[in-house]
Amino acid sequence: MTVALDLAPATEAEVADILADCHARRTPLRILGGGTRVENRVPGETLTLSRLSGVVTYSPGEMTLIARPGTPLPEIEQMLEAEGQALAFEPPDMRGILGRNGTPTLGGTVAANASGPRRLLAGACRDHLLGVRFVDGRGRVLKNGGRVMKNVTGLDLSKLLAGSHGTLAVLTEVVLKTLPLLPARTTLAFPDVTEATALRIFTTALSTPYEVSGAAHVGGAAYLRIEGLDSQLAYRRDRLLALLAEHRPEVMDDAPWQAIRDAAHFAGTDPLWRILCKPTEAPGLCDGLRAMGGDCSLDWGGGLIWYRGPGNPRDLAAHATLVRRGGVSGPAFPPLAPAVARLQDGLRRSFDPAGILNPGLMDG
Amino acid sequence: MTIAMPAPDSRVIAQAPRIVAALRAVLPPDAVIDDPQETRAYECDALTAYRCPPMAVVLPRTTAEVAAVMRICADMGVPVVPRGAGTSLAGGALPTADCVILGTMRLREVLEIDTANRYVRVQTGVTNLSVSAELEPHGFFYAPDPSSQLACTIAGNIAMNSGGAHCLKYGVTTNNLLGATVVLTTGEVVDLGGPEMGPAGLDLLGVLCGSEGQLGVVTEAVLRILPRPEGARPVLIGFDSPEVAGECVANIIRSGVLPVAIEYMDEPCLRAVEAFAKAGYPDCPAVLIVEVEGSKAEIDDQIARIRAIADALNPVEFRESRNADEAMAIWKGRKSAFGAMGRLGDYICLDGTVPVGQLPYTLRRIGELSRQHGLEVANVFHAGDGNMHPLILFDANKPGDLARAEAFGADILRLCVEVGGCLTGEHGVGVEKRDLMSEQYAPDDLAIQMQVKDVFDPGWLLNPAKVFPLEASAAHRARAAE
Repeated sequence: MTVALDLAPATEAEVADILADCHARRTPLRILGGGTRVENRVPGETLTLSRLSGVVTYSPGEMTLIARPGTPLPEIEQMLEAEGQALAFEPPDMRGILGRNGTPTLGGTVAANASGPRRLLAGACRDHLLGVRFVDGRGRVLKNGGRVMKNVTGLDLSKLLAGSHGTLAVLTEVVLKTLPLLPARTTLAFPDVTEATALRIFTTALSTPYEVSGAAHVGGAAYLRIEGLDSQLAYRRDRLLALLAEHRPEVMDDAPWQAIRDAAHFAGTDPLWRILCKPTEAPGLCDGLRAMGGDCSLDWGGGLIWYRGPGNPRDLAAHATLVRRGGVSGPAFPPLAPAVARLQDGLRRSFDPAGILNPGLMDG
Repeated sequence: MTIAMPAPDSRVIAQAPRIVAALRAVLPPDAVIDDPQETRAYECDALTAYRCPPMAVVLPRTTAEVAAVMRICADMGVPVVPRGAGTSLAGGALPTADCVILGTMRLREVLEIDTANRYVRVQTGVTNLSVSAELEPHGFFYAPDPSSQLACTIAGNIAMNSGGAHCLKYGVTTNNLLGATVVLTTGEVVDLGGPEMGPAGLDLLGVLCGSEGQLGVVTEAVLRILPRPEGARPVLIGFDSPEVAGECVANIIRSGVLPVAIEYMDEPCLRAVEAFAKAGYPDCPAVLIVEVEGSKAEIDDQIARIRAIADALNPVEFRESRNADEAMAIWKGRKSAFGAMGRLGDYICLDGTVPVGQLPYTLRRIGELSRQHGLEVANVFHAGDGNMHPLILFDANKPGDLARAEAFGADILRLCVEVGGCLTGEHGVGVEKRDLMSEQYAPDDLAIQMQVKDVFDPGWLLNPAKVFPLEASAAHRARAAE
């Protein structure tokens, strides 16, 4: 029996050799971390990074982590937790909604710029990315940024690579900022409220200095998460309870933040869309989306809508990404203005002149 | 004068009258300046050792006017140097004799304050401080706070990805910038990002921010705004050695308390501050100012934790502020530090960042280098994120002193890179650190950055002599000129 083996480099030099060779032969590659992100329909041989794995350095006192892209995310999370730290952007695990069984990796998280509910307060994955090593489409080994918090030395290509879904380069090392895990957390739940009411709750809560670190609406209930030092938590909770008393909040210590992070309520096989909008537009959009025949949930204080169901959400909101195809054809990514698309194409040709890296994956 | 600039393009200078006439045709009369008496006001920024009057200055008021200027300059092959308030310490806005300075200071409208969606949209000539001032009645603020915030503009902040004292908690400009309206060298106007929390395609905004005016001219920005904290209070901690102060910084960060600022001052700085501002700081080799935010009870709790950490390291003094006056007294010396140093003579202010754990070693090595070069250095900086600001003191009237100070500065920046840090944490590369870029980046690392510039600015007209060593960018500039 013959088994088709994936290309599975274990070192940066091997990645460079493979890419230089594929560049010369113009052979497309599908770049894979744990295979748990956006549905990957691109042609080509699979280049898996699971063997390019391991932590290079973790310095809790400097709040920095340097690791190779194939390092499993759970491994990183455990290591950080043992030091009382975390990746503050709360990377989601999309296996459930995508029906996959690989292990999410650090590289895949960065390549997708994947961020969970705390994105609202702490910023996205890209905001925590301090530096990268990578191999471009010619097979050149390159670096950008570094391992310090403040760095404006030259162009910030780390930001460009975060969220580029492996279409510009193959990451070989990432440097991320880690932050102290706040020791106490609780949630105010508002059962049975509409999106419009949820938005009013979010706007009130997010205008306070109480550092709300999650604001979501799922299954008809709104949730507000607060985190902090023990001494902060009771105070913040009580202030928010008083401010929002008219909406009858309940204190909940086991709120489903992990499920919200992973959009677990929308597991299945039908089309699933991720829509970014102004929070105040979310309730109206949800009404329109439901009229198309599906269901919605909100995260990021209304700035992120998950829509599961039929129809084309881009008729209502331009910034919609098709995360799970469920039989829908056409581009997964939102369309771009012509001048922006031209810049993006130009960058692709600079990083990957032969067009071998996940070709077409991010087409809008 | 050790930093070279490329020879001005004589073909451009020969065409100066035609170029100015073309600019006058698309801008209001007071928006084009070519009188040498007046262009001289633009000959340098805050890096005053380098000066060169530009060919002309334009001061557009709208995005459309900026686009018209860019089209003319692209057509006629004229280099464009964007300029905010001219507060760059790195020579980011230093002109060349063949360039047009494109000043953003008349783009000064606040276009939209949207607290429900937590953003503000401004023209980029507004000053950093005025954005927060506009937001104050709404209970919000804009977080990045460079020390030049009274004068510096949002355009300059975006170009340099500016930081500030409070970025330990709130991040720098790139973490607080949601969108930008950008004029490309073609004169096209594009919107990158927007009020939404993420880009539609590649994160072009992320690469634009901090690109030192080399990729496009940002005329409008969408900025993330935050609710004002209930209160803030600093403490002052004195130590009898820089190493122990450095250890205290690392221990605070590890403890889970995340202060909004941790500032460090060393003995030469403290002496100057004492003489100038009489802040009443303790007489010791190292002082930290740590500021925390929250309600009164939250602040008390965080300060108690910081005190426990500091006490374990036997501080010379731990001074709390019980009221606003005492808080101001603690900040007084730090805020007057640069003014105080200025009275000691001329200085170069460096900006390298090192990993926090390397602070004690780096400070020791800077002391050794100071003795080697025979020039005094004072250190005052953002310790929490390792962003150092060594101030090298010299005498501009003494022949050779500037060159010696620059050589000392270069050695310090090499040291920052050597210990795992970088050349610049918040001031930018400009011309000042341009020729040191190859200390931090290999030729290919610079090449890929210049290839990004090729895409945005194929003619290499935007601020072309900055950031990249001239010999490294020569081929790109030559190809662009064809």
